[in-house]
Amino acid sequence: MSDKILMKGNEAIAEAAIRAGCTHFFGYPITPQNELPAYMAEKLPEQGGVFLQAESEVAAINMVYGASAAGARVMTSSSSPGISLKAEGISYIAGAELPCVIVNMVRAGPGLGGIGPSQSDYFQATKGMAHGDFRLAVLAPDSVQEAVDLTRQAFDIADKYRNPVMILGDGVIGQMMEPVEFKEIDSPELPEKDWIVDGAEGRERNIIHSLRLKTEDLTEHNWKLARKYEQMQEDEVRYEEKLMDDAEVAIVAYGTTARVVKTAIKEARAEGIKVGLIRPISLFPFPKKVIKKAAQQVDCFLTVEMSTGQMVEDVRLAVNGERSVAFYGSPGGAVPSPAEILVKLKEVME
Amino acid sequence: MEELAGRPKSLTEQEFHYCPGCTHGIVHRLVAEVIDELDIQEQTIGIAPVGCAVLAYDYFDLDMLEAAHGRPPAVATGIKRVHPDKVVFTYQGDGDYASIGTAESVHAASRGERITTVFINNAIYGMTGGQMAPTTLEGQKATTAPRGRDTKEAGFPLQMSEMLATLEGAVYVARVSVDTPQRIKQAKEAIKKAFKVQLKGLGYALVEVLSTCPTNWGLSPQQALDWLEDNMIPYYPLGELKSVGEVE
Ligand SMILES: Cc1ncc(C[n+]2csc(CCOP(=O)(O)OP(=O)(O)O)c2C)c(N)n1
Ligand code: SF4
Repeated sequence: MSDKILMKGNEAIAEAAIRAGCTHFFGYPITPQNELPAYMAEKLPEQGGVFLQAESEVAAINMVYGASAAGARVMTSSSSPGISLKAEGISYIAGAELPCVIVNMVRAGPGLGGIGPSQSDYFQATKGMAHGDFRLAVLAPDSVQEAVDLTRQAFDIADKYRNPVMILGDGVIGQMMEPVEFKEIDSPELPEKDWIVDGAEGRERNIIHSLRLKTEDLTEHNWKLARKYEQMQEDEVRYEEKLMDDAEVAIVAYGTTARVVKTAIKEARAEGIKVGLIRPISLFPFPKKVIKKAAQQVDCFLTVEMSTGQMVEDVRLAVNGERSVAFYGSPGGAVPSPAEILVKLKEVME
Repeated sequence: MEELAGRPKSLTEQEFHYCPGCTHGIVHRLVAEVIDELDIQEQTIGIAPVGCAVLAYDYFDLDMLEAAHGRPPAVATGIKRVHPDKVVFTYQGDGDYASIGTAESVHAASRGERITTVFINNAIYGMTGGQMAPTTLEGQKATTAPRGRDTKEAGFPLQMSEMLATLEGAVYVARVSVDTPQRIKQAKEAIKKAFKVQLKGLGYALVEVLSTCPTNWGLSPQQALDWLEDNMIPYYPLGELKSVGEVE
């Protein structure tokens, strides 16, 4: 039996990663994720693992590439400007089909932006990370406990699909303290890592690469990647629905924003407004079916994000014009208040 | 009967794609011979660059990995930190090692990463068709320096080995050339030493190899060898810049 302990999100993710068998961590300092590498620097060597502070995010992600190719469970973490630098490496990792877990504690951009919580990297995480036809699996926790649970799942998803997985949070998720429990979880059956480079002793040599000069090869490879992402769409969709049974309006929100929306919904319900929440937990694969289904029930949707409107595009695609989809955004590094959301909700319902 | 000039075991049967007179092929062979002689074929992981040698993973009969442009030292770091008992080497051109990847090169050396780098300095970007490299000599023509490298505009050719030899973590730094049989022999000795330094766990080892690119220099293979001797060696002097004595 395991007891609950009070931990910061960043530290809890690090602990969950170590418990998931992560042996190698490469990173570069940036706020608001600094507690995560610090925890790794403290704990990983004690367990025979390796923590290394790289000279840049570019180097860190390429160390991840090497460590993953060598067969290790490996993680890196950063925040928005640093993720932009990792983008090149992430494209190579996806192209070479290597598993790894990347944490992005998003801060408001563009450029250096601010360090306040933000969801303005949704497009980057789910669609436009870097060049080429590839996707990351993207998991967005709304509590420290969920961050812990998803971290474990992230490593398994990465190994199952041989694809990078991103945990997308922000400074609130990373730095708030909540009681967490590290549950013992049985490992799912995962494919054998028979592709690693460790010196080809007594076996055929392995080659890890993303260069495919023959158009037939690259075409086939990209369709193979596309099938993986389709498979994720079948098997890896995660979401939460709250008070949707009788809802006339659905608010769609994820991560930190969804926590505030839950409070707003409680207040709205007290006033007799029939509103529910759809909270995507996996941003890729996006829970489009559940939103599509809700479009048959509710009169309208409201998407709330800490951005000028990114996930709302996926909500609109899923709703496909059947209902109106309104948007409320907070793009400057501030968490919207329940009161603001309530005002917007009433406006939408008019 | 002993075979004296067969293909090294650590090279595949694949024919090189390099241009006539290009010395990339000679260096591949030297690296493979060293790996054979040290009997480390089944312990070694090689990293190919982005550049003319990107297909090195087809030529070395080893576990191989292709890295993004300039990132091999970081990738090698990741591998070596997982398998400290294995041998990891990077093979990189001057654009890869001394321009886009300078930070990765300097810091891998500075950390004393126990890896070996074979750095091909041909004073030009080969793969992309003859643009100026950080190592392009003053006055040397390139497609992006059509009137020759003007140091007032484009700065000075980078002496990577001299720079890295100042770092504590770089324990073996040598510059060699493969333009004559005698120098090819010396080059092989340096490469062997750079692998032995790694096997001993002493620190970072670098061998810079002055190499030809007849295609983009606009010279015949023989003229290219002469040009290397007359122009590159005076600016990039040969020899061990930093050594650890005999490594056995
Ligand atoms: C990020 C990135 N920028 C640019 C390129 C294009 N590119 C390919 S090889 C190369 C330079 C190769 O020169 P060098 O490293 O000297 O190797 P050589 O071909 O001369 O052996 C460049 C600029 C690339 N592949 N990736
Ligand atoms: S372009 Fe230059 S470096 Fe590349 S293979 Fe040809 S001769 Fe060699």
